[in-house]
Amino acid sequence: MTGAPVLALREVSKRFGAVQALTDVDLDVHAGEVVALVGDNGAGKSTLVKTIAGVHPIDEGTISWEGRPVRIERPQDAQALGVATVYQDLALCDNLDVVANLFLGRELRRHGTLDEVAMERRAKELLDTLSIRIPSVRIPIAALSGGQRQVVAIARALVGDPKIVILDEPTAALGVEQTAQVLDLVERLRERGLGVILISHNMADVKAVADTVAVLRLGRNNGVFPVADTSHEEIISAITGATDNAVTRRQARIAEEAK
Amino acid sequence: MSTSQTTPTPADAAADAAAPAASAADPRLLVRRQGLGGYAEEFRRRIKSGDLGSLPVVIGLVLIAVIFQSVTGHFLQADNLTNITKWIAGPGLIAVGVVFVLLLGEIDLSLGSVAGVSAAVTSVLAVREGLNEGLAILLALAAAVALGALHGFFFARIGVPAFVVTLAGMLAWSGLQDYVLGKLGTVNNINDGIVANLDTYFLGDGDVLYAWLLAVLAVAAFLTAQLLDARRRTAAGLPARSTGEIALRTGALAVLALTGAYMLNQDRGLPLPLVVLLGVVVLTDFVLRRTSYGRQIFAVGGGVEAARRAGINVARVRISVFMLSALLAGLGGLFIASQQGSADKQLGSGNVLMSAIAAAVIGGTSLFGGRGKTWSALLGILVIQSITTGLDMVHAAQAIQYMITGAVLLAAVVLDSLTRRTRTAGRS
Repeated sequence: MTGAPVLALREVSKRFGAVQALTDVDLDVHAGEVVALVGDNGAGKSTLVKTIAGVHPIDEGTISWEGRPVRIERPQDAQALGVATVYQDLALCDNLDVVANLFLGRELRRHGTLDEVAMERRAKELLDTLSIRIPSVRIPIAALSGGQRQVVAIARALVGDPKIVILDEPTAALGVEQTAQVLDLVERLRERGLGVILISHNMADVKAVADTVAVLRLGRNNGVFPVADTSHEEIISAITGATDNAVTRRQARIAEEAK
Repeated sequence: MSTSQTTPTPADAAADAAAPAASAADPRLLVRRQGLGGYAEEFRRRIKSGDLGSLPVVIGLVLIAVIFQSVTGHFLQADNLTNITKWIAGPGLIAVGVVFVLLLGEIDLSLGSVAGVSAAVTSVLAVREGLNEGLAILLALAAAVALGALHGFFFARIGVPAFVVTLAGMLAWSGLQDYVLGKLGTVNNINDGIVANLDTYFLGDGDVLYAWLLAVLAVAAFLTAQLLDARRRTAAGLPARSTGEIALRTGALAVLALTGAYMLNQDRGLPLPLVVLLGVVVLTDFVLRRTSYGRQIFAVGGGVEAARRAGINVARVRISVFMLSALLAGLGGLFIASQQGSADKQLGSGNVLMSAIAAAVIGGTSLFGGRGKTWSALLGILVIQSITTGLDMVHAAQAIQYMITGAVLLAAVVLDSLTRRTRTAGRS
């Protein structure tokens, strides 16, 4: 986690009409780092990742990619940079098989027709390197379990060789074993040197796989903690704003006056 | 999965990758055993999981043939079978268009009227205006495509439900057809013209060579494609069809094709309408299964949002599909005009559209979108035409025909709904 971050947001703000969704938010993501983005409902997590994914262009602030300032106005911009997003609703086609879903929109072709052999081979390679086990790469998505769908959706994000992968609550609807599969996969993404932004409400998941926790509260940064030496309670209090009370405000004021 | 749930070390991952045999041993992985035994096993699994494919309709066809043959004694005679293959061309082409629209999960109710407009425009331009008949046909087909583009525009860009757009189209184009034909209302085909010949022409004027040639070429092409595909898959380390299985499939196709050629040659040879319908089905099947465009159609039918996020231009796919279905309907209209000897106000009305939709569904194309083949149009229209012809032969009333066809359609839709339920039962 040394060196410059792949993705760096500085003082990013976003307004929707009268609602100030994000105010001066900073976020750094390094290669090989899992950043958990946590916060209560309405804290601005989804808005923040949508600005990175190009769904909502930012109003103020800067986004840097590998040190260069960039503009992300459209989803295509984000994809071109190397940001892949796995949304909560998985965006897979139920009727297509796993191979077809992995390559949807970027099919491999040979003599102008679909190259099923090459796609199937690459799909298998990809799933093997991620140690993903599914019954067959040729069965329709509809026949897979929720966890299997989630790992396919994540694998799909990797087909375009991204550098940053955004996972929006990947374990929200999953059982114990399936959650473990997805967390395994997140760790494998880190081993491959990808930066991962993981939105989650589940503190156990965050503690299990994240390197860094970035807390949002009411559209502002409310602390960035290294997971290893931060307790569960500290994160929770940052999320709920339990630290934002008379005592802390007084301490902050004293610190301010001391300058 | 079957191993522990602790975080795998890289060494574990390497071991997994190095030992594909271990993953094959996972009882939940669907690895087909080699050889015909494995094939039978896979077949049983698919039947059990409700993935019936074309099986019900093939069984239905055999049942229909057996029943009418035993009742009439001459249902399976060469001339009757030849007539059936000629009659299915018009509605069959429309049904292929219906398959495309159904794959999107939509419906097009205007196709009968579009077929009528196409026939009317062709005959009026060629007969009354004295235009070259080939040119008239091209103009009529272009008009059909334009009508389809209009439906597609209102559906995909404005957001009007396809059901309503094409219902409006059905009424409006039926009126247009009437208007184009004018007061007399019927225009006879030009004697020995292109349209007149569509239905009556037999390749090489009945030369037996053509039917045999088509059968042999089809089997050879199928075998070559299968072998090449198996070789590429084996070379890429993917499971491929075994030689035995390829031999079995090719053998089945050969029996079917050669029997068909023999029967056709017992009568008048290879009919042009059959060749056109087969050609269109093969071509559209190729487009659907082997091209990015076909994949996009399935994707839009399976999930509009997923398709959009994958970068697919959903509106373009939808509009193009409505244009394609209208083109096929226009072509089908010409075959219907050829068969009845004239273009008139009734062409394409009545049960033409419903037969085409029924054919697509009976053949196994899902009404819910995203699942189907253009072959199902051919199989379905064969079922419907066989029932109609058979009932005609036993002099059953029209009323009975409608009721039986309706019952068959209902059975097909019930099957479709049940299959859909089984298919999605596995999700959490």
